Amino acid sequence: MKKRRFKGAAIQTSSMADIAFLLLIFFLVTTTIDMDKGLGIILPAEGEIFEMHQKNILNCLINSSGNVLLGDEPIEVKNISRFVKEKMAQNENLIVSVKSHAKTRYDDYIQVIDQLKMADAKISIAETG
Amino acid sequence: MKFKKKTEISSEISTASMPDIIFMLLIFFMVTTVLRTEDGLRINLPTAQRIAQLKSKIHTSNIWISKDGFISIQDKIHQVEDVRWTIYEKRKVDAELTISLKADKEARMGQIVAVQNELRKADALRLNYSTLMAGD
Repeated sequence: MKKRRFKGAAIQTSSMADIAFLLLIFFLVTTTIDMDKGLGIILPAEGEIFEMHQKNILNCLINSSGNVLLGDEPIEVKNISRFVKEKMAQNENLIVSVKSHAKTRYDDYIQVIDQLKMADAKISIAETG
Repeated sequence: MKFKKKTEISSEISTASMPDIIFMLLIFFMVTTVLRTEDGLRINLPTAQRIAQLKSKIHTSNIWISKDGFISIQDKIHQVEDVRWTIYEKRKVDAELTISLKADKEARMGQIVAVQNELRKADALRLNYSTLMAGD
């Protein structure tokens, strides 16, 4: 019987290029440029005036140094979410009306909106006088 | 004298290095690709937690507001009163227009509210306060 001679084991490299191409195409297709993220809000239409029952409105005022007055008492920004949730449990038609001073920092305003979003509150943007 | 003819030269192009070439291309493009992230004013976005992703890029227009109160739409500085017309033109062609407001942390609400009132006049009511994810 003839002994089979060992010829050396070679891995096929001819399909390597195809594999690399496949990878290239896979990444080309699956790469999505990251989208904008943020807090969505719907502005009231121009001239649209709602008659709201006073008891359904919770006023939220932000002053120029970032202090927040919710209802009639000052509140820490991080407690807004909890407070509004409690209020909403009592009254499910509650709308939070956010008013800010012209000199309020945008960042403070966003923190308040974020808190209200966390409480799933209905937000109304009031015009600053 | 007899010369031996060399006939054993193969004329095929070696394909063994093909994958290397393609990998090189892949790496080259990976390294040189820069995603265009900024086309407006230089701003620091605020951060928030309860944020959602905008649905489509096509229906989104950006408005940039710097901390000094400059307003930029499509690489042009606008006065507050001009925002209405630019946005109205966009709103006419696209009913699903969403405005992405990219304002600096330090911007003042006076300017933001002025822009919002302009948007209301242009009937572009879908607004998105562009923020970063808190904790990033």
